[in-house]
Order: sequence, then structure tokens, then C-alpha cells
Amino acid sequence: MQYIFFAYLSVAIIGLSIFIITRKNPVHSVLGMLFMFIHVGALYLFLNAEFLAAVQVIVYAGAILVLFLFAIMILNIKEELQTELFIGSWVMAIPVVMGLLIMLFLGLRAVKAGYTGLHNIDYIKTMTHTKAFGKELFANYLLPFEVISVILLVAIVGAIVLAKRRLR
Amino acid sequence: MLAFINEPAVLSIILAVVKSIILVSVAMFHVAYATYFERKAIGHMQVRMGPMRVGPHGILQPVADMIKLFFKEDIIPEKADRTVFYFAPVISFVAAISSLSVIPFYKDWYVANINIGLLFILAMSSLGAYGIVMAGWASNSKYAFLGGLRSSAQVLSYEIAMGLSLVGVMIMAGSLNLREIVEAQNKLPYGMFAIPQILGLFVFLVAAFAETNRAPFDLPEAESELVAGYFAEYSGFRFALFYAGEYIAMIVMASLLTACYFGGWTLPPFILKALPWLGLVPGVVWFVLKVYFFIFFYYWIRATLPRYRYDQLMAIGWKVLIPLSLLNIFITGTLRILKVF
Repeated sequence: MQYIFFAYLSVAIIGLSIFIITRKNPVHSVLGMLFMFIHVGALYLFLNAEFLAAVQVIVYAGAILVLFLFAIMILNIKEELQTELFIGSWVMAIPVVMGLLIMLFLGLRAVKAGYTGLHNIDYIKTMTHTKAFGKELFANYLLPFEVISVILLVAIVGAIVLAKRRLR
Repeated sequence: MLAFINEPAVLSIILAVVKSIILVSVAMFHVAYATYFERKAIGHMQVRMGPMRVGPHGILQPVADMIKLFFKEDIIPEKADRTVFYFAPVISFVAAISSLSVIPFYKDWYVANINIGLLFILAMSSLGAYGIVMAGWASNSKYAFLGGLRSSAQVLSYEIAMGLSLVGVMIMAGSLNLREIVEAQNKLPYGMFAIPQILGLFVFLVAAFAETNRAPFDLPEAESELVAGYFAEYSGFRFALFYAGEYIAMIVMASLLTACYFGGWTLPPFILKALPWLGLVPGVVWFVLKVYFFIFFYYWIRATLPRYRYDQLMAIGWKVLIPLSLLNIFITGTLRILKVF
């Protein structure tokens, strides 16, 4: 049962990713990306990470992708994107991608399967994922969390400064 | 041969499918009669009769409307982007109707009791914006495109206020599960979060109107300036999907208001103490009555208030509602730390 589900999700994610990069029309790519994000959310659900699944859909599908769509629609790059290739030396690209893939597979071998440590499946089930996640984030990882929020704040301020300079 | 049906996983899937079919049929019936009720209620508010021709007092009007929409020609503009044009109403409808699955109508009356019920509804309502913006873009028409852009900007900005206003409820209940939220309300003496969360309730109410594109925030379909907005080019059944999606979103928002602020299927304990025989009525009746009241409230507002200007809409969203909801989070959080509730 779970294998069928996982197989469907992985095939769908890979298929949709290929769909996204092969479309000529960027709006179709965004539509494909929307479906891909929802599938990734389902994959998180599959791993008992319900909070991450919801956040995946709310933040990526609901907010970031809509902004993508706005940018594409307002710029109207329908005609512009008729160029053949973005980069010239695709011969160089193949060994680089292959090397990355080999590194990835070597890295994956180090991952131990199964739930060990404090955050095992029973712990998540009794605590609910949201609570377990929140406790970990705001107790043990508070400082990195705050640092990230400051970085994001800097990005927001930077964006506003750039936009306002144009207006002047 | 049919032994696999007895497996718990298969059984739960079958149960979920049956529940969904029941829920969808009940919801579609409500959508049909919500349109009739809207026309009647607004008609009487404006000293008219509303629909009167089909059946006694026009009671069969929704049936006639449905037959008309089914058999109308499905027109697709020549230069429209067909795939996206086909997909847009489906996205809009699916996003609206899947939210219904997590709403607890009574103790055990839900399709799915998930721990992140509230977040799930927020996620689905944020997907609803795609249907609208895609419809506007794919129609290849100025009015539809402007309507789509307006609407997605509106939905995006009000979604933030709505999510933040619900944080107060999450803090008070200590859960994202809608059922646990309702049960947490019943522990209070007055039985609802509407009183301690009055600020959040106000923000949520306004944001719910904007989120479902209802008057006074129905700018995406402002007929005096945009013809009909994002669905100007849609006809027949595809139009009906948008229309049904809008009404289902209204029902979802009304149910969310009921479940998060007005005690869901429970009655306030002080009323039950005064009139104990009310406890014999099944809770789903109270839930449905509350939802009907809020749907009536939508119509009431529509008949009362004129439409806002677009810049006013954005100013209300960003400069009033979001600061108010942040203030609400601050107050609720402080009271929670001081152990007031």
C-alpha cells in the first residue's frame, strides 16, 4: 500500500519537474510547479510531517508561486523566450551533473533508515508534529531561528529600498 | 475474493469516499438553495419579491438555473489558452470543496480529523487564488485579466490578515485541530472564543468577506467597471463551477467562524444550565443554524454596504487589519503567559 503511494508520488514529482523545464510557455510551467509543490506536500504528509506539508502548500504554492505568476504575467515574456538554449556549453554540463549525482548517491548511503533517537514515530504521534516541531525550534534552535529572521528582515528592507529608489 | 475489503486501510478509504459523497451532495444542495435564498433575502430587503415564477414562491428556481447552466453552450474564446482555461474553474472548485472535508459538523461528523485542520483550510483557500488568476490570464481578455490580477492581489493580502487573526484562536485552544478547538471553547463559562477574541473575530470576519470576493469587497467582479471580472469569458458549466466554488467558500468561511469563534456544535454552558432540555437537540442542528446565520449575514452586508474603492480595499487590508491582528496576537499571548485563560 505505502509503496504504491510512494511510487506514485515520486513518479509524479519527477514527471512534473520534467514538464516544468520543457514548457515554452512560462505560465504552463508555473501551473506544473503548483501541482509539483502539492505532491511534495503529500510526500511530507507521508513522512508524518503534517506541519511541513501545510507550510509547503501555504508558503510555496500559496505565496511564492503566485508572485512568480505575477512577474511572468506582467512582464509578458511569451515571445521573448523563444531562444534555443540558455547556455552554450552543454557538453561541459553533462560531466558536472553526473559528478553531482554520484556525490549525491554516495552521500545517501550514509543515511541510516528508520526512526531512531528522541523524535521517533511514537513520539511524533503522541506530541503531534506541530508541537514537537515548535518545541524543538523555539527551545534548542532559537538562536539560528532568530538569525534567519533577521536575514529575512534585511532582505525585506532591501527590497523596499530598491523599489522606493525607483519611485523617486 | 472480496477479502481485501476487510483490511483496515481499504475500509477506511471506502468510508472516506462514502462520507465525501454525502458531504458533497449536501454541500451542492446548500449551494443551490443559497443562491435562491440570497435572491429572496436581498429582494425583500429592497422591497421586491425576488424570484417568484418557478414553483410556489420561486422555490424551484435553483433547479431551473441548474438545467439552464448545464445545457448552455460552452464558449471558449478563439485566442484563449485552452489547457489553462479548462483547468482554472476546476482548481477554484476543488480548492473550495476540499476545505469542507476537515470541518467538524458534530462530534464525529467529519471526513478527516487531522491535526492541522486550520492550516489545511488556509492552504486550500490560498490555492483558490490560482483558479482566479489563471482564469483571468487564460481568457485573453482585458477585463478578465484585470479582474484576475485584482482578485489575486486581494486574496493574497487578506489571507495574511486571516491567518494572523486565527493565531489568537490557536493560542487559546493550544491546537490546530478544529475539533479540539471546539472542545476547548466548551470549557469556558460562556462557551465561545468570540468574547475574548473579539478583535480577532472582527479581523477574521472582514478578511472572510474579502477572501470569498463578496460585497463590499467584490471588486474582482465589479460589474460596473469590469463587466464580470475574471469569469467574464466563461459560460455554461465552467461558469457554474466558479459560481459553486464561491458559494462553497462562503459556506466554509461561515463554518470556520462557527467552529473557531462560536463554539461549533456546542451551546454555551450557561444557556444549557438555564434550559437543560436544549441538550436533547443534536449538536449538528446548532452548527447548521449558526452557519445559516452567517450566510444570511453575508447577504445582509451585501444589501447594506456599497462597494469599496480598490485603493481603500488595499489600505484596509494592510494598514488596519494586519496591525490589528498582530495586536490581537500580542494581547492573547500576554494573557496566556499570565495564565488568565
